[in-house]
Amino acid sequence: MTESTDVTSGQPAVSTGRLSLYLKKIASLFFTVSLTLLGLLLVTFLIGRVMPIDPVLAVVGKRASNEVYEAARLSMGLDKPLYHQFFVYITQVFQGDFGKSLLTSNPVIDDIARVFPATLELATVATLIGVLVGVPMGVYAAASQGSWFDQFVRVFGLFGYSMPVFWIGLIGLLIFYGMLGWVGGPGRLDIFYEDMIPTITGMILIDSLIAGDMTIFWNAVSHIILPSLILGYYSLAYISRMTRSFMLEELASEYVITARVKGMSEQAVLWRHAFRNVLIPLITVIALSYATLLEGSVLTETIFAWPGLGQYITTSLLSADMNAVLGGTVVVGILFVGLNLLSDFLYKIVDPRARQS
Amino acid sequence: MKRFLTVEDLWVRFKTRYDMVEAVRGVSFSLGRERLGIVGESGSGKSMTGRALLGLVRPPGDVSATRIDFLGQDLHRLPEKKMRHIRGKEISMVMQDPKYSLNPVLTVGEQITEAYRLHNRVSQKIARAKALEMLEEVQIRDPERVYKAYPSELSGGMGQRVMIAMMLIPDPKVLIADEPTSALDVTVQLKILQLLDQLVEKRGMGLIFISHDLPLVSSFCDRILIMYGGRIVETCRADQLDQATHPYTRGLLQSLPDIRHPRERLSVLTRDESWKQEESVNAII
Repeated sequence: MTESTDVTSGQPAVSTGRLSLYLKKIASLFFTVSLTLLGLLLVTFLIGRVMPIDPVLAVVGKRASNEVYEAARLSMGLDKPLYHQFFVYITQVFQGDFGKSLLTSNPVIDDIARVFPATLELATVATLIGVLVGVPMGVYAAASQGSWFDQFVRVFGLFGYSMPVFWIGLIGLLIFYGMLGWVGGPGRLDIFYEDMIPTITGMILIDSLIAGDMTIFWNAVSHIILPSLILGYYSLAYISRMTRSFMLEELASEYVITARVKGMSEQAVLWRHAFRNVLIPLITVIALSYATLLEGSVLTETIFAWPGLGQYITTSLLSADMNAVLGGTVVVGILFVGLNLLSDFLYKIVDPRARQS
Repeated sequence: MKRFLTVEDLWVRFKTRYDMVEAVRGVSFSLGRERLGIVGESGSGKSMTGRALLGLVRPPGDVSATRIDFLGQDLHRLPEKKMRHIRGKEISMVMQDPKYSLNPVLTVGEQITEAYRLHNRVSQKIARAKALEMLEEVQIRDPERVYKAYPSELSGGMGQRVMIAMMLIPDPKVLIADEPTSALDVTVQLKILQLLDQLVEKRGMGLIFISHDLPLVSSFCDRILIMYGGRIVETCRADQLDQATHPYTRGLLQSLPDIRHPRERLSVLTRDESWKQEESVNAII
């Protein structure tokens, strides 16, 4: 615990050192981030070299002659020492060059630029559902601990944890698409609407709004609703559970009694006082669950024929397309680092104690 | 003497899965424009008595009373919505440790103005001016800076001053101080007590001072209730404490060190089971 200081006693003059302090902070942040990324690249690079897949063979094919094989090996720089290869790899990655995908014969970076928005769209909608429903559920479950609503939230969350996605996905499709026809089927759009609007962000919900085409927008909504509800259910189960336990902890603290003594309504006590404190640990939970979804949920993407990152990486892995796999892994790693940075930043906004230290 | 509070036969019970715990057992007392000390060891029910007056005993706790009269209103039968206008506005409470009783993520200013604006329909600007005034009244030297500070930036003594300012800003008639100095340094304790005394006197308030510290209470209060096992075992004027008759009170007094009459060994308090069966003493005057 840090020593608290008396504000009325003299404080050191802060204005002079403030700028250099900021620069120092930014420098140390930059250092940490680049070190993390370097580590990430090293790991992916080594995985690529350790895998029992011959990258040359994958390019030239099994029936290539020895001369062709050797020429390809030299051109790929595989005769050079490992550290040299790593250096070349890093330089390429920083230029956005992950090599070509064997499967699609596109540059890997182009493939990722195509599949990632699909995952981003799905994960974002799912996380929104998880947060907007899961957080209030957790808050009110804690506020009425032991009530039927609390029990309901717990059972509902347990269901979310334990239901296999391939089953719930297929059943969902069967009922809501096959029998009732309330939602769109697999894929991001009906085939009829595909490629009708210009790709700007790659997220159809946003692109269609930019193009002003509401028909396509609503069609995209009808397609995303089922997979995002299913993924959202998972994140809801996790988020509501964590919110509930954080909230129980805060509700037991004395400042909550203080707020009640002041004559505040129970709603104001919950949201203005307790929830502001719950938000601090909750940010990390939400960021983590969002990051997990951004990695791409293979099963959901497969069942709903959703051309996303998870499906891309899995397909590439199964066909030994190492460039694509490594590229995808690096992107996922960068996402995690980025989301961590973001949650650190948000942390400082909601917690004055984190700002002080 | 004007009477603010009359508590008749107050019980607080906690139902657990297997049995019933009675935290407060049939307590009756009154409070006028005075400093009433409630003394007892932990678990004697003194804090629960304070909470029950404010209607802040949460389930599974259950409060029952013949009557909790506050200026003609029966607090025990007041609906929650009306009770909210009593809390803060009429009866307030300062708790033990400002480190925990202030919200860490809101500034001092936000927390004080909030307390004022809950009961007074005024603009933020007026509330701010009022809060700064109040901070000055609790003898904070640089109110502007403290107003903007977060609780983690305050020392314990400062925090307790802020807490007192926050609880007195709506101008309540009764203040419950639940061990308000127990978490503070000895040197700071005295200053906070003086401040509390001065404010209560000036505003003509009634003060319920809850503490485990018998000498402190006897020097600070006008009247004392001694609680044991959820009951009031003895009540007396503070200056007549040395004439107390109940064996529990006598035992407590005898186990205190006295610098004027040093003793080789302090006597040990032996408890008698029968104390728990006695009727609670009526402390309504």
